[in-house]
Amino acid sequence: MTRSALRAWHAVHKWTSLICTLFLLMLCVTGLPLIFHDEIEALLDEDHPMPVVADESARVSLDTVLDNALAARPGEVGVFMSFDEDRPVVNVTSAPRHDSPEREMTLMSLDHRTGAHVAAPADDGIMHVILQLHIDMFMGPWGMYLLGVMGLLFAAAIVSGVVLYAPFMRKLDFGTVRAGRSARIRWLDHHNLLGAATLAWALVVGLTGTINAFAPLITGYWQADQLAEMTADYAEAEPPAELASIDAAVRTAMAAAPGMRPQFVAFPGGAFSTDHHYAVFLQGGTPLTKRLLTPALVDARDGALTDMRPMPWYMQALLLSQPLHFGDYGGLPLKILWAVLDLFTIIVLGSGVYLWLARRRKGVDARLLAAHGALEPSR
Amino acid sequence: MSGPSSRRRSLAAVFAVPGALAVITLAGLPVALAGGGAHGAASWLALGAPVAAVLFAWARRRR
Repeated sequence: MTRSALRAWHAVHKWTSLICTLFLLMLCVTGLPLIFHDEIEALLDEDHPMPVVADESARVSLDTVLDNALAARPGEVGVFMSFDEDRPVVNVTSAPRHDSPEREMTLMSLDHRTGAHVAAPADDGIMHVILQLHIDMFMGPWGMYLLGVMGLLFAAAIVSGVVLYAPFMRKLDFGTVRAGRSARIRWLDHHNLLGAATLAWALVVGLTGTINAFAPLITGYWQADQLAEMTADYAEAEPPAELASIDAAVRTAMAAAPGMRPQFVAFPGGAFSTDHHYAVFLQGGTPLTKRLLTPALVDARDGALTDMRPMPWYMQALLLSQPLHFGDYGGLPLKILWAVLDLFTIIVLGSGVYLWLARRRKGVDARLLAAHGALEPSR
Repeated sequence: MSGPSSRRRSLAAVFAVPGALAVITLAGLPVALAGGGAHGAASWLALGAPVAAVLFAWARRRR
């Protein structure tokens, strides 16, 4: 590589890293407990065992569940209804309006066997604060987009780091740590070792994080593209004044998709549906098909199935980028590996800042020459 | 694997280990999505490779 090309790559590495490092350090530090959020929440929360009932297989109508939920929030409407996987619990999200912002929404949990309220997941604990910092730093969609751009800069820093790795490592074996040399050389070696070992994982987690950060835009595009196409006949229609039975709507959707179960229902007028439909999002049984939701649109006026079709590629990419970012899809061993790789990334970020600060009197050429005269002659 | 040598290494040699670790990581990441059991174990082995490489390098560092 020529001197000028090397200088250019070095400038890319320096500036992309400098801009994103503080954000990335925050994301890595907050991400660490989030990897284990299930385990930590089980420890923090006292467990809320389900009350014992005479008939464990009993199920009340979802309309009853909805009525009981909204009775606790007078004047509000249903926005989402979701179904726990491992216990007979239905979660109802209510808000003043169908299109209210997220901060005005209330999440309630109800027993599907009796229709009674049960303890809802807490949304004001330390884990919630950590999650919100990690998602948008309490800045809403613009915070998400800002972090999404930081993820792109992180990816650019990784790619430019790979390019710079070659001249630094021309005379060193992989993993060499020159323990006897100056602190700067030692930390350069750690930086190169950890960066080279974790680059694929860091790229995947960084880029899937960016995809997740742009979720509102991706979902909005899907709504304007596919949902509008699926419901073109409704473009001129007035929104229904009275909503048809949600219980019947879910049963209609399940009948249309044998072997699938509902994960959540979006009410008419919200971000995941149209003004005229219950959107019932169905999931399959395997870890993969569980993620690839299929929306069934049920007319909220007469309860008839309007359309059901698999998600387009960009929504599937969004849905699959969630587990690949969270690392929560392969049991506790995968979570532990995720945490170790996260810690390695923190060291790469920290050592990168240190190397930049320690640079001071040395230019890149001098440093490369110090690291074994690795420069090729200019061509 | 012995620290600095007088010989310059080819690009292929420089990237052999990081490249192999990247391929193993990228192959292992989606495997556990396909199901539990053997799939999960395969992804643990794959994601364990970069961690093991770092621990190995730290264990034998010298000079």
